[in-house]
Amino acid sequence: MSIEGWDITALGAGRVLPVVTAPEPVLSRVGEAVDPTDPRVVALAADLVATMAVSPGCVGLAAPQVGVGMQLFAVDVTNHPKAATVHGAFVLANAVIVEASRWRPGREGCMSVPDLTGDVKRAGRIVVTGELPGSGRKVTITTDAFEARALQHEIDHCNGLLFLDKVSGAHAIYQRKVYL
Amino acid sequence: MTDVHGAELAVTVIGPDRTGIVADVAEALARLGANLTDSTMTRLRGHFAMTLICTAQASATEVEAALLPLSADGQLLVTVRNVGPDESGHNGGLPYLLSVHGADRLGIVAAVTRVVADAGGNITDLSTRLVGPLYLLVAEVDLPEGVPGKLTERLAHVAEDLGIEVNLRPAGADVL
Repeated sequence: MSIEGWDITALGAGRVLPVVTAPEPVLSRVGEAVDPTDPRVVALAADLVATMAVSPGCVGLAAPQVGVGMQLFAVDVTNHPKAATVHGAFVLANAVIVEASRWRPGREGCMSVPDLTGDVKRAGRIVVTGELPGSGRKVTITTDAFEARALQHEIDHCNGLLFLDKVSGAHAIYQRKVYL
Repeated sequence: MTDVHGAELAVTVIGPDRTGIVADVAEALARLGANLTDSTMTRLRGHFAMTLICTAQASATEVEAALLPLSADGQLLVTVRNVGPDESGHNGGLPYLLSVHGADRLGIVAAVTRVVADAGGNITDLSTRLVGPLYLLVAEVDLPEGVPGKLTERLAHVAEDLGIEVNLRPAGADVL
C-alpha cells in the first residue's frame, strides 16, 4: 500500500543532518504549523528522509529532532517485523490524529533519547490527516500496528513530547541494550 | 492452641552488586523459618539494593545475627527492624503517572515531590535516572479527588522555574 500521488523522489536529494538529543529545549516545544508548499519545508522534508535513511533502525524522524521546531516528520516502517499495514516512506506536515483505538503497550526507543527505551501505550489503529510537502495536498492515512505506533511517536515529537512523557509506569524505562 | 503469627520484620541489604546476594539472603531467612512476603530489589549504578518484609518467629536480633555472615567482609550493609502491621491511613486515591525530564540540576526531585505532597498526593512508586545531561523521574501517585487540575498548574510553575518538563496524567486502566 502506498499514498496515492505521493512521489518521495520529487523532494529531491536531502542532506544528512545531526540529530539533537534530550534535554535540548527544541524537543520540548510545540512545533509551528508549516506551509507544505514552501520550498524550505520541502527541502527540510528531503533532509529528514535522507537522515532517516542513513540511521540504522530509524523508522521515523521529526523536524524537532534535527533542531527545527516545525510540524513535519518522515516515517518509513517498510520491512519492520512488527509492521502490518505499510505505506512506504512518506513525509507529513501538520499531521493530526483524528481516530485512535485498540490501545496496547509496546517498547519504544528514540534517536533523541539514545540510551533509554520505554514501554508506551499507543493506539493500535489510527486515522491521521496531514499535508504532503510539495503539493500541499491533504491526505488521510488509516493504519495500524507498528506504523500506527511510529506515527504517534512522531506526532508527539512535533508537539514537544518524548516517549519519556508517556511511559506507562515508574519502572517502565530501561537502559538500552542494543545499539544499532 | 492458637496459631500465633510471627512478627513482621523489614530487612534491607545494600552494597556492591555480585551474583548470589538474593540467594544468600533468602536461604538464611528460610533456615530460620522466616517467610518472605513482600520484596523489591534493584541495581543502582552497580550497587545492589533490596528491601523485603518477612514474618518470623525469630526476633530482629536473631535474624540480624543470621544475616551477619553476609556483611562479614564489610561489603554489604544489612539492617533488620520490627515493623507493625500496615497502618496506612491512605484511602487509595486516584492513580496518576508523573513524568519529569530535563537538564540535570540540583533540587528537581525535592521540588516536584514537595508540590505533590502539599497537594495530598501519595507517591506509591518512583524511579529516577541520570543519563548524561538528562535527568528523568517517573512516579506513580495516588491523588485525592479534585486535586489533579490544580496540581497540574502548580507543577507547570515548578517546571518553568526549573527548566524541566513535567507531565501528569491518569494511569490508564490495565491493558489485558
